[in-house]
This record gives sequence, C-alpha cells and structure tokens, in this order.
Amino acid sequence: MSAVIEGHHDDHHHGPAKGITRWLYTTNHKDIGSLYLWFSFIMLFIGGAMAMVIRAELFEPGSQIVSPEFYNQMVTNHGLIMVFGVIMPAFVGLANWLIPMQIGAPDMALPRLNNLSFWILPAAFGVLLATFFMEGGAPNFGWTFYAPLSTEYAPPTVTYFIFAVHIMGASSIMGSINVITTILNMRAPGMTLMKMPLFVWSWLITAYLLIAVMPVLAGAVTMMLMDIHFGTSFFKAGGGGDPVLFQHIFWFFGHPEVYIMILPAFGIVSHIIETFSRKPIFGYDSMVYAIASIALLSFVVWAHHMFTVGMPIAGELFFMYSTMLIAIPTGVKVFNWLSTMFKGSLTFETPMLFAIAFVALFTIGGLSGLMLAIAPADFQYHDTYFVVAHFHYVLVPGALFSIIAAVYYWLPKWTGYMYDEFMGKTHFWLSFVSVNLTFFPMHFVGLAGMPRRIPDYAMQFADYNMIVSVGAFLFGLSQLLFLYVVLKAIFYGKKATGQVWEGAQGLEWTLDSPPAYHTFETPPNLEAGEAKG
Amino acid sequence: MSSIKKSVSKLFLATVGMFLFGFALVPIYDVFCEITGLNGKVTGPTFSEYEDIGNREIKITFTTTNNNGMPWFFDSDRSQMKVKTGEQNLMSYVFTNTTDKPMIAQAIPSVSPGKGAQYFHKTECFCFEQQYLEPGESISIPLKFVIDPDLPEDISSLALGYTLFDITKDQMTKQASN
Ligand code: HEM
Ligand SMILES: [Cu+2]
Repeated sequence: MSAVIEGHHDDHHHGPAKGITRWLYTTNHKDIGSLYLWFSFIMLFIGGAMAMVIRAELFEPGSQIVSPEFYNQMVTNHGLIMVFGVIMPAFVGLANWLIPMQIGAPDMALPRLNNLSFWILPAAFGVLLATFFMEGGAPNFGWTFYAPLSTEYAPPTVTYFIFAVHIMGASSIMGSINVITTILNMRAPGMTLMKMPLFVWSWLITAYLLIAVMPVLAGAVTMMLMDIHFGTSFFKAGGGGDPVLFQHIFWFFGHPEVYIMILPAFGIVSHIIETFSRKPIFGYDSMVYAIASIALLSFVVWAHHMFTVGMPIAGELFFMYSTMLIAIPTGVKVFNWLSTMFKGSLTFETPMLFAIAFVALFTIGGLSGLMLAIAPADFQYHDTYFVVAHFHYVLVPGALFSIIAAVYYWLPKWTGYMYDEFMGKTHFWLSFVSVNLTFFPMHFVGLAGMPRRIPDYAMQFADYNMIVSVGAFLFGLSQLLFLYVVLKAIFYGKKATGQVWEGAQGLEWTLDSPPAYHTFETPPNLEAGEAKG
Repeated sequence: MSSIKKSVSKLFLATVGMFLFGFALVPIYDVFCEITGLNGKVTGPTFSEYEDIGNREIKITFTTTNNNGMPWFFDSDRSQMKVKTGEQNLMSYVFTNTTDKPMIAQAIPSVSPGKGAQYFHKTECFCFEQQYLEPGESISIPLKFVIDPDLPEDISSLALGYTLFDITKDQMTKQASN
C-alpha cells in the first residue's frame, strides 16, 4: 500500500516540515486541502471587493463612482474570480481534505501532481490581477468573453487573460485526474462504488465533467489567441469565421461548468442533512443516479444560453425540452433531502442551518432556471437582471452556502477545535437575510427590463437597486464575521472530540480531531460497519 | 501500482481527445450549418441547372452593410428584384475605396430567412474572394444566382445581405507571420 505514494516513503512517520517550505513542497493531502481553502477564502474577499464596487456604482442611477470602462473590468473580473478562484478551488480543497479520509486511503494517488496543481493557481490569478496595472486595463469583456468583444475589440491584456485561463484549466485537469485515480484505485477494501459516501460520488462525476470540458475551454481560448495574433479567422466574420461559433464552443464548456460548481455541493449537503437528522440519507441509490444523469444531460443543453442568436425552431425546441428535463433528477435530489429530514430527530447547528437554506434557496434558483428555459419567454428575460438573479441564487446560497456549511461541519475535524456556535448562527442569519435582500429584488428589476452589465439604469429601478446594494454590503460584511469565526476557532476554540457530531457517520469521524498528519496508512476495516457516509 | 498508471494514462488521453474535439467543433459546426442552412450561411459558387424550373415568382431584396469603421462605398445596383425560380439572374455590386490608402476587404454573405439559404445558389460570386483596391479605385463585380425550384412554398421572398469587412490589418499579420 505504501508504494502508492511513491517518493513519499521517507517522511512517512514524522509530522510536517517546519516553516514556509512545508507549504511550498508539501505533498500531503491535508496540507494541500488547507492551501486550496485559504486561497479560495482570500479570493472570496478580492472578488467580493469588486462586487462592492459594482453595487456602490449601482446604488443610485447615473454615473458616479467609477468610469464605465472600469465598471466593465469589475464585472468581468468579479465573475472570473468567483467562478475560477473561489468556488472551484474551494471544492478542490474539500476534495483533498475529505476524499482520502472518506475512502480510507493514506493520501491522494498523485501527491506531487497535487502540489503542482495547487501552486500554479496563485500564479494564474497573479497574472490576471496584474492586468489591472497594465496598459489598456484588465479584461473587460464579461466572464463569458464573447468574441469579437474579446478578440477584435479586446484590450491588449487579453493575451495575459488567455494565459491565465490556460493555467487555471491545467490546474483543474490535473486535480481531476488525481481525484478520479484516487477514487478508482485507493478505496479501502470492501468499499464498493455503491458504498462510497455521496461527497466522493459527487466529486467522481464532477472530475469526469472537468476532464470533458476544460480542454474544450482551452481550445476556445487557443482559437482566440490565434485569431488575435496569427491571423486566423475562427471567430472573425470578416475572414469567413463566425462569432456565434464562439458561443457554441463556450457554452459547450460553460453549461457543464455550472454543474461542476454545484454537484460537489449536492454531496456536502447530503452528509450534513443526514447527520443532523440522525437518519441515513433517503434514497442513496437514486441520489447517485440523479447526479450521474444531471451530468450526462448537462452536455446537451448548452444552447439555452443562446436562444436569441437566431436558431431554427427545431433547435429552440430541442434545447428547451432537454433543459427542462434536468429539473427531474434535480427534483429527485430535493425530495430526497426533504424525506431525509422528515420525521428525523433534527437539530439546527450552524452547518445544518446553511444546508437547509441551501435546499430552499437553491430550489428558488432552479425554478427561475425553469422560467429561463422557456425559449419564447427567454427572449424577454435574456441579458436582464433576471438572469443575474437566477445564477446568483444557484451559486451564492447554492454553491457558496454549501462550502460555508462544509467548513463549519468539518472544521472541528480538521483543526481539532470547535467554532463558537453562537457566532456561527449569527453569521448564518446575517448571511441568510442579506443574501435574499441582495438577490431577490433582482428578479423584479429583471422582469421589468433592467439590462445586466450596464453601469447606469433608468429611474424606475432606483428603489430596488438601493435595497440590493444595501443587502450586498451587509452580505459582504457578514463574510468578515465568517473569517472571524474561523480564526477564533483555530486560536481559541474548545477541543473537539473525534466524533464531533453525535449523528455523524463515515470513516473521517473514526479518526482523531485533528487527524494525524498521515492517516489510514493501513486501510480501515469496513466490516466493522462504518462504511457509508 | 500499475493500475494507477493505467488510470492516469487513460485520463490523459481523454484530455487530449477533448482538446482536439474542441477544434473539431469548428468543421462540425460549419457542416451542420451548411446542411441546415442555419445562420443563413451560403456556400461558394455552385453550378446548377434545372429541368423543371417551376414558375413561382420570388422577391429578392439586396442589402449591403459596412462593418464598423469600414469607409468604402459599397452598394448593389438595385435594392430589389423579382425573379423566377430556376432561372439565371444577374446582379452587380460596386466597391469603391474612398480612402487614400490601398486596402483589402472581404464581403460576407448571409441569407434570410435562414431556412431559405440552401435554396439560394450562387453560380458566380465574390463570396470568398478578397478585394484589393488602390486609393480611389472602384470596381463592379457581378453576382449570378439561381433560386432552387424546391424552395419551400411558405417562402415568397428572400433577402441577401452582404457585410463588408476591412481585413487589411489581418492580411498584413498573416503575411508577417508566414
Ligand atoms: C433546474 C436547473 C437549471 C435550469 C433549468 C437553468 C437554466 C438556465 C438558462 C435557460 C439560462 C440562460 C438564461 C439567459 O441567458 O437568458 C441560465 C443561465 C445561467 N445559469 Fe442556469 N439553470 C439551472 C441551474 C443552474 C445551476 C445549478 C447553476 C450553477 C450552479 C446555473 C448557473 C447559471 C449561470 C452562471 C447562468 C448565466 C450565465 C451567463 O450568461 O453569465 N444554473 N440557466
Ligand atoms: Cu446552462
């Protein structure tokens, strides 16, 4: 078994190295998990600061704080950072910490690759953020970087942007190869696929999605690079290319990408709900099949982002129905979570509060998604704040809340210290109120026709926008409280037990809190009955 | 642990495969558009003669647009004509370089409704040719076309739009990188 972590033999039996080199050279899944999570936390505040600039500008109609050019850079980089710098790295961090402990493996299958996948990420975002100080300013063409806005009309820094996207893609692909290889080869004996914890399942499928679509994204930016510098015409209408082709390629990546940002959340929420309901998850098998079918369907719905480009009617219908079909497996999951809670002996610790809020608010996002999926209706909703409301509901109280819930749930395990429950609940209620204050009114202004990505708006949207901005500032501040709660737990928290939560099931809870630097060097005995999580 | 090596090499191959697939989407998309006429895309010069020419009269509208910042004069002789299906028709377009620099341009066609694009056959055209004009030079280029008698009954008029692009700079970079 120890041959698995080749080149790792020597430091098997002692703890981590000292000082900064511990973090630079580490191949330990727990260290790398922490690195990813802290990186994501820092990026959350950088991307969040950009959101604050956006909301400050939109506090009142008219143009007051930033120039329209800078506003565009804020919108673009906020989106890029939140997607590629916060949500994705946080999930990878959780995967690193949890997958080996949940399947009873000593480490990830490819520890050195793991180190590399992490350390190229700060480099990528360093490059992206450096463009703010270059001539022409940072990328300003939206996180979806539609050609020709991102090619013929782009600032010269677009080349750095392309480079950064390539690195982020490489990092994700290497991470995914590692996850799949670990799960397929290193499970403790007796842990069959259908006995794996749901978080592991959700990540296995997510990793396959990443391997399928990140290379396509790499292809898209490579084509942009060639159009810009080598005179090709992939997307240049003047040379016989087609800008609509860009949208097809982008969304072939982009739609599976949005599921990459939600599937691991499904896994997390399943664990938390069963723990605090003190019941095994309802319908484990159907949960697995639901995740798999959502992933498969996500490849055939991409053009629902492009209903207005002028598709033939057959195309509109196909993409409309295939999109609506996704609501079925998604509904199965929601009903399973509700059934798990039904007649359970529920308690409402902070992770559970975030998980329940996830179920409720993610469902609102799913329902607005269904409205957008109606092709004729989308002609009105497209590119309005209604779309912004939709994807923020699935991504903030969806993906982000699941990550926050996971941190509260596993933090005692990782650090060995409990967080302050009162402060955690305060953080929850502040976040819950402010997230709805921020994103719910966006539905109304969107339906009334307020376009997205514009730094100014018509008078009649003023009241709602002021409410939205107040909500956004409050939400931003609440996350500082989150940082405080985490730091307080690490430095002043009460000792946690190994089990931590009364109802928690799964291999990671059989370890000490914090777990030893190297765990499961001999695989656990599953016959003792603690397999399913 | 050769099973790990096996997993890694399979996944690596899948990655490379998907990267190539991304590029394969370009020709797939073009072929798809050509077959379905999606996007109003039209093919280059084709030659077709019809035995049964039908006798429907179709109204054709010609539009010309200059892309952002393209200063040339660009127009068709007439803006509308009525044609019979299956018959050869002629239209001509004038290009004038109104600037004091030599320039290269390319006109890109599009037919609407998109469904009709595949029935609009050009037998001689400048569709995919680049026009080089000296300062002040002007030229008139013919377009010959036939409307396929199989044009669906519910289409009684078609519009052929040309957008003129300035590709001088692209041609320069292409030459520079060769
Ligand atoms: C029931 C499931 C869902 C349906 C039916 C759905 C449907 C749609 C549709 C039709 C659009 C395009 C709207 C337009 O641009 O006019 C859209 C946009 C979007 N959706 Fe969803 N969606 C669903 C779930 C999700 C989830 C789970 C996520 C992410 C976690 C997500 C993220 C996004 C994003 C980011 C956009 C906007 C992209 C952009 O233009 O910037 N959606 N959705
Ligand atoms: Cu989508």
